[in-house]
Amino acid sequence: MSAHPQFSGGFANAPIEAAHAFRAAMTVMARPGEIRSIAGARPPKPLSQAAGTLLLTLCDPDTRVFFAGATDTAAVRQWLTFHTGAPIVEASSADFAVGTWADLQRNSNYRIGTPEYPDRSATLIVECETLAQNGTTLTGPGIRDRSQLSLPDVAVFQDNSALYPLGCDFFFTCRDKVAALPRSTQITAGS
Amino acid sequence: MSEYNFAYLDEQTKRMIRRAILKGLAVPGYQVPFASREMPMPYGWGTGGVQVSAATLTPDDTFKVIDQGADDTTNAVSIRKFFENTAGVVTTEETEKATVIQTRHRIPEAELTEDQILVYQVPIPEPLRFLEPRETETRKMHALEEYGLMHVKLYEDISQHGAISTSYAYPVKVSGRYVMDPSPIPKFDNPKLEMDAIQLFGAGREQRIYAVPPHTKVVSLDFEDYPFEATKADHPCDLCGAEDSYLDEVIMDDAGNRMFVCSDTDYCRSRRAAGHEGRLAKEDAA
Repeated sequence: MSAHPQFSGGFANAPIEAAHAFRAAMTVMARPGEIRSIAGARPPKPLSQAAGTLLLTLCDPDTRVFFAGATDTAAVRQWLTFHTGAPIVEASSADFAVGTWADLQRNSNYRIGTPEYPDRSATLIVECETLAQNGTTLTGPGIRDRSQLSLPDVAVFQDNSALYPLGCDFFFTCRDKVAALPRSTQITAGS
Repeated sequence: MSEYNFAYLDEQTKRMIRRAILKGLAVPGYQVPFASREMPMPYGWGTGGVQVSAATLTPDDTFKVIDQGADDTTNAVSIRKFFENTAGVVTTEETEKATVIQTRHRIPEAELTEDQILVYQVPIPEPLRFLEPRETETRKMHALEEYGLMHVKLYEDISQHGAISTSYAYPVKVSGRYVMDPSPIPKFDNPKLEMDAIQLFGAGREQRIYAVPPHTKVVSLDFEDYPFEATKADHPCDLCGAEDSYLDEVIMDDAGNRMFVCSDTDYCRSRRAAGHEGRLAKEDAA
């Protein structure tokens, strides 16, 4: 381990690795319930490889990032700042928020966009213990009939989709795996 | 190849476009503003589509470009060469082999699959623009889901022409919420907007990106007594005999002779390769 761990763990070949990572992120956002591998970054603990790769793929000085709870360490902040230059902010002004579901849930004031500009909303990157195609049933755009995803909550995501076309969008990350839940998806508990 | 960053654009620009694409997919049919860049081609030549393709391509992709269905027209050839040079991707003219297809004003005849991405070049992304020129007002109309004006326009079509005369860029409602301009595709293609592939729309001059995820409900606006009709020229293709494809009319001589040919050149070629023959197929071979 070098004396300055924030300098390591970036993309070895940024244009190519970011292109592959984005395709995985786009595929899961377009097809809620799908799980894809996403890799390239080696962020400091406790960030997962998938969450770190998403941050390197999507963040730069134009995006404000909020780290919730256990993810908000000096090492994580230095790593993000060195590799992306993204400003670190509080939850209410974040474009991207990262943390476990329990930590992210302590804030309820994430940006949901405005009626004229619903795209000006936060994307939450939710670190999960497990990620599987079971549990909650999903229907809506991107889904042929129905799909299933192990969501960490039901009521909160239902409330979020009720705000449509406003609302937050979610990535779920676990080790090198990623799934997503856009606000357009309808959620029913159980299968 | 090494003179350029992969796929021409710098990484920060690609990140900005990628964030817009993700928000576009999350709110199907909503136009996400993005900071469109100057591209080495004039506006109107697909700068929006090119930027979306550049942000989407990986080195493993097989890229196809069509212009009004054809692989061999100027716009298609130049964009294909652009990405051969700047991204080093494999290109193809065969719809089935392509993973990313950039299109100007057509949807390929062959059904697209889960593994494909269709990128549209869009001139005017705002379906309400010719009814209401002010962006502040059209934004508000989308926010309030106030689409009565569009139905008035279609109604006036009927009262003047006896039918909805809009034949291309026919407005659709996406996922029951946003009215969207499907780009100037013929309305024959509108039913194909509900497909297995991811559809991304890029408007460079107008600085908008929008998207339709797979299997999303896309309804062409109409009236109960004047239902939407996907129309085409009432002929078979004179080269391959296809009766189900969208046709271009070609004037043959000064005597008014004409022929109809598939606008999708790859569809027509593959049908002829499979032995299908139209009325003028023999002459064409000679």
